[in-house]
Amino acid sequence: MRRTVLLALVLVAGCGGDDEPRLVVSAASSMAEALSACSRDFSGADVRLSFAGSDELAAQIRQGVKPDVYAAANTRLPDDLNKEGLLSRPVEFATNELVIAVPRDSEFQTHEDLAGDGVKLAIGSESVPIGSYTRELLSRLPRRESEAILANVRSNEPDVKGIVGKLTQGAADAGFVYVTDVNAAGDRLRAISLPAELEPDVTYAAGVVRGAKRPDEARDFVAGLTDGACADALEKAGFGAP
Amino acid sequence: MRAFPVLLALALAVSLTFLTLPVVAIFVDSSPADLIDSLGEPGALDALWLSLKATSAALAIILVVGTPAAYLLATRSFRGKALVVTLVELPLVLPPAVAGIALLAAVGPSGILGGAVDAAGIELTLQTAGVVVALTFVASPFYVRQAMAAFAAVDRTLLDASRTLGASEARGFLRVMIPAALPGLAAGTALALGRALGEFGATLMFAGSFQGITQTVPLAIYDRFSTNFESALALSAVLVAISAAILLSVKFVQGSEALGGAPG
Repeated sequence: MRRTVLLALVLVAGCGGDDEPRLVVSAASSMAEALSACSRDFSGADVRLSFAGSDELAAQIRQGVKPDVYAAANTRLPDDLNKEGLLSRPVEFATNELVIAVPRDSEFQTHEDLAGDGVKLAIGSESVPIGSYTRELLSRLPRRESEAILANVRSNEPDVKGIVGKLTQGAADAGFVYVTDVNAAGDRLRAISLPAELEPDVTYAAGVVRGAKRPDEARDFVAGLTDGACADALEKAGFGAP
Repeated sequence: MRAFPVLLALALAVSLTFLTLPVVAIFVDSSPADLIDSLGEPGALDALWLSLKATSAALAIILVVGTPAAYLLATRSFRGKALVVTLVELPLVLPPAVAGIALLAAVGPSGILGGAVDAAGIELTLQTAGVVVALTFVASPFYVRQAMAAFAAVDRTLLDASRTLGASEARGFLRVMIPAALPGLAAGTALALGRALGEFGATLMFAGSFQGITQTVPLAIYDRFSTNFESALALSAVLVAISAAILLSVKFVQGSEALGGAPG
């Protein structure tokens, strides 16, 4: 019943959005839940969210797609776009933690378990932030262990959702994702934290796309990621402050 | 001034421009030398080789199982046949993402038949075998549909004649019906081939993406989209060329059939 009411509200809000300007936000998949929740309350514009791998969204911007805001799961991609003159100076607005995700009933306890024979791993493809963070982390392990873990990789997924899907469907035994993804998956997945010295620095950054149709609202939205409803929603989803 | 013919010509011009421009752009955006260079990297060749292997395997299954099934559907009538035909054709209109989810729910490790598949010692997800399953699922309706039409169009007196001459039905099927329906079967094969080569969503969801194991050409294109656009273009160009060749060969087979005068 509550769902129906919510749906009706969204529909009404959607219909009423005609007189409000439309703000297009391209954001990393890992923020899907948090941003969907808070952007509905964003005043000043009707926010349209487009979620995909950060790298893919950056490639779209390079190909001439013009969202108003770009929010990535790392700082490198926004920095690159900024240098290329395609994005305003990026603002760091959240941090995340890389963890090992396993199905709830898994017996795995530490990263060493991932190096065992016959373990099936799904990780991010090298081109997406989650994949490069994962490789950064593995490079800090003893060489033998990191090689054994990489040898167990059975799928290089184009985004976090693919990894989570492979885990919840039992196709893979473990994978590296953000702690927020494990939270979002409810009780189906369990997170195994990694020692702090292995943990890569996962910082999210966002900026206003050069040539955005709504630069003022875009700036407000980016500001709201560090202070406001979206900052609260991100914190609730398990993101840290930068 | 007659407005209607002008309107028709205009509609054709718009359609042609809209449909060919993106394809032309693939070739305009990159020089032939770039294309060949990008294909030189090992990942690209692995993807092409895997696509070729998986598509061939899927086609073999589709032909061996689909041909007799289509023959039965084309030559018999029974209660509930319309329903059966609809069910067989359904994957034709399913979004690939739905196909991927459906395969996981059916034969994935936690699927309804997952236990049985596992007990049989078969591993599908994240394996080349899983790619073959995904391709077979999405592509076979294209063949079966075309094959049914081809068998239905064969003049039944041919089969009856072979029966009166003492041939068994199996012999009639192999020696009379298949040769008579061959152009239609070939067209169906080509359509299934085209669909299988282009499969993306179901493969990614069901089989994953790993170079040399499950990363077919469309998955490799997607993987390169953000990091190596030239290489993505090169692989796309190869797919366009192969698909065009498939389409042309279908036209050729059907054209020569028309010229040769269809029986009946």
